[in-house]
Amino acid sequence: MPDGHAHAAPLDAHGHPHEPAHPKLQHHFDDMGQRAEASTLGMWVFLVTEILFFGGLFMCYLVYRWKSPSGFQEASFELNRVWGATNTAVLIISSLTMALAVRAAQTSAKRGTQVFFLGLTMFFGLVFLGIKAIEYTDKFVHHHVPGPHFHWDGQYPKPAEQFYSLYFAMTGLHAVHMIVGVGIMAVITWMAWRETFDEDYYTPVEVAGLYWHFVDIVWIFLFPLLYLIGGHFKG
Amino acid sequence: MTEHHIAPRGMYYVVFLALIIGTGLTVAAAEVDLGALNNVLMLAIACAKALLVILFFMHLRWGTRLTWVVVGSGFFWLLIMFSLTMSDYMSRGWVEGTLR
Amino acid sequence: MDTITTAPTLNYLNSAHGLASWLLTRDHKRIALLYLVSVTAFFAIGGFFAMMIRLELVTPAADFVQPDTYNKLFTMHGVIMVFFFLIPSIPAVLGNFMLPIMVGAKDLAFPRINLLSWYIYVLGGLFTLTAAVTGGVDTGWTFYAPYSTASSNSHVIMAGVGVFITGFSSILTGLNFIVTVHRMRAPGLTWFRLPLFVWSHYATSLIMILGTPVIAITVLLVAVERGLHLGIFDPALGGDPILFQHLFWFYSHPAVYIMILPAMGVTSEIVQAFARKNIFGYAFVAFSSLAIAIIGFLVWGHHLFVSGQSTYAGLIFSILSFLVAIPSAVKVFNWTATIYKGAVSWDSPMLYAFGFVGLFTIGGLTGLFLASMGLDVHVHDTYFIIAHFHYVMVGGAIMGYLGGLHYWWPKITGRMYPEGWAKFAALTVFVGFNLTFFPQFIVGYLGMPRRYAMYAPEFQVYNVMSSAGASILAVGYVIPLIYFIWSLKYAPLAGKDPWGAKGLEWEIPSPPPTENFAVTPIVTERTHQYAPSREVGIA
Ligand code: HEM
Ligand SMILES: [Cu+2]
Repeated sequence: MPDGHAHAAPLDAHGHPHEPAHPKLQHHFDDMGQRAEASTLGMWVFLVTEILFFGGLFMCYLVYRWKSPSGFQEASFELNRVWGATNTAVLIISSLTMALAVRAAQTSAKRGTQVFFLGLTMFFGLVFLGIKAIEYTDKFVHHHVPGPHFHWDGQYPKPAEQFYSLYFAMTGLHAVHMIVGVGIMAVITWMAWRETFDEDYYTPVEVAGLYWHFVDIVWIFLFPLLYLIGGHFKG
Repeated sequence: MTEHHIAPRGMYYVVFLALIIGTGLTVAAAEVDLGALNNVLMLAIACAKALLVILFFMHLRWGTRLTWVVVGSGFFWLLIMFSLTMSDYMSRGWVEGTLR
Repeated sequence: MDTITTAPTLNYLNSAHGLASWLLTRDHKRIALLYLVSVTAFFAIGGFFAMMIRLELVTPAADFVQPDTYNKLFTMHGVIMVFFFLIPSIPAVLGNFMLPIMVGAKDLAFPRINLLSWYIYVLGGLFTLTAAVTGGVDTGWTFYAPYSTASSNSHVIMAGVGVFITGFSSILTGLNFIVTVHRMRAPGLTWFRLPLFVWSHYATSLIMILGTPVIAITVLLVAVERGLHLGIFDPALGGDPILFQHLFWFYSHPAVYIMILPAMGVTSEIVQAFARKNIFGYAFVAFSSLAIAIIGFLVWGHHLFVSGQSTYAGLIFSILSFLVAIPSAVKVFNWTATIYKGAVSWDSPMLYAFGFVGLFTIGGLTGLFLASMGLDVHVHDTYFIIAHFHYVMVGGAIMGYLGGLHYWWPKITGRMYPEGWAKFAALTVFVGFNLTFFPQFIVGYLGMPRRYAMYAPEFQVYNVMSSAGASILAVGYVIPLIYFIWSLKYAPLAGKDPWGAKGLEWEIPSPPPTENFAVTPIVTERTHQYAPSREVGIA
């Protein structure tokens, strides 16, 4: 425990000495353990709502793909699998650096180490968003954005437009989550820079990490369902 | 305070490697026409990857039973939504001479 | 009741002053009051739309308002009453106030998120109100596609975004409750010692967590489809409107249990306190809440019997819908058994609880009629449906809310209210309610469709009865509003336990201090353990 946290044990109402309260303990919690457990449980519960939030979109995907499997294959074939795979790898790397950042906080690593891993996580998040931007631009250029200007040369223009509706809805919602994630990481990095985290108190990094990994998991499903179903499409 | 597990750094690298290999496998498998098996394989690999992230990166492996229940219920409810909705779509037209 | 003359000491109401101390508070009790004020405001607005609807329906012709306006009236009525009044009412007001106290905690697990959820609620409300005053929405509260995505030229996006935003307030409340119940219980307060009010709120929170995100994404997709022409639900764009209905009801059927479960929790508390008996079959009542929450997710297809859903799916949903009636009935039986041979006192909260049990039973039983596919083909989209769900939502949920408000008002404000007036109001509500909605069962069964400004002349007598009842009902709601406000200043002080009821909330001063408990309580038994007195058994 770093020196700054040591206090002389004060006496409680009954005159017994008791453990000093951690400076970051909010009044309504009994101890830091209860606080940490409440926060991580809260985040897990929040992630369950996220599962069902994205779940509604996956439901739409399931129904429409079930209705027009060939149309979806044809449409998927037009997506750039190299960019998709690259982005998958980028997100996996960022998940690794995130996990290492949590570990750095857990082990009271130097602030430089913590900031390094958090910064890398943020960086890869931004790379992901950059690649996404390139892909979106490409879709605009080729009139693959649903709406009045949508244009499709293949056999299944209607299902293709639907596929791209879902593509933009799903990856768009995912990208919004990435942007929020990068924002959260910025705050966490700043806190790490101020030497907030050590083995006694690292809940914010841990909780932010849970969110980050979740967004990665969504992509783990989006990538094959959107990019890879047309891999062996023969037109 | 419950002890939080601190995993060895090596574990994270191993999991990372497995995730990258999994990604490579899906991409490769998608190039081959396996019929309906393509979907099964693709989803199986995706589920395995997601499981790795949840268990190790998100530390569920060392989580409380309550956390397991919370995560499980999320996926279970998703399954309820998928299966009951699809039960409608897949049984359309079973009554002869109608679309229902 | 003893008369208490000592001035209240430092409590959550007088510990800080000024507007900022309210708008920036993190005290669950103050946040509950913020919700109380805003929820009441929305109830008044929703009630205004209801009165307009009933006025129009006094005569068969569309003479008071045009059909277009009428469509907007019932839509705004439904949206506001469902999303901005019924869903937050009991959980966010009474639950917010009582749940932390009942588990022996100083606050909810995340006080700041609790405040945030109120702001989100207000923001969502502002969006919806803006939609209302700038021209209204006419899709019905159900926002069915493709009407909502393509045909309607009213403010669907604005209202949809309002509903989307408010959804997150409900998610955050549910999250807070769940974590609080798991992590903040006082020493000795095991799961099977939790008050039934807490059980029912736990079950409610599960629905909020698991269902609300789906409605959020669904209305978001409607808004996106309207705004950006993505083809999701519109058949013209290749979409499937029935999929919208699946997604909508995946949340919205469970959502009716968000409204009724908390009222069931209130009723369980009141019945025990005023029959002076511990609940009959505690475990059954507790688990039936969970059963309702879970089975409630398996029945949504009963709203799609005539929408083009497959016959076989309809069959499955019909059978599953019958199942959900079992845990509901278990509760009714257990309340009745609790009252049986109890030392029943007829105070106003108990009147509301009686009203709840009776009216909910009628609403639930007619739900079973509707769950039978063949019958539903006949009564779907008629006033029979309107009567059914108003029996559960108004006769059930609002009765529970009012009962809870009366029961805990002394705790919340430290003051009593005029009991004579309260009894009179409870009676007025009961009579007005039945006069409003019972004729709708008949006229619906005779074939009067819902959502039209005009109707066949032979239905007029039922509609006049209904409109007359609505005015009585309105009076019944205004009376408590007046005496509650009056009581804040003039009513006698309540003391910590005016009802002689048991429970952690009755062991602390009224109004409670900011920290609720001076010392964390240690719980050794279930609440509502009343000493067997001589009256019991002969009452
Ligand atoms: C015993 C359990 C219940 C059963 C079996 C049941 C069954 C049904 C059925 C089958 C319908 C669809 C009728 C149609 O549209 O043709 C329906 C409509 C409705 N029910 Fe229930 N119900 C039950 C309890 C409740 C409760 C507790 C509430 C509210 C607190 C509620 C609120 C509603 C609402 C709002 C509608 C109409 C929705 C609309 O179309 O606008 N129900 N119910
Ligand atoms: Cu329903």
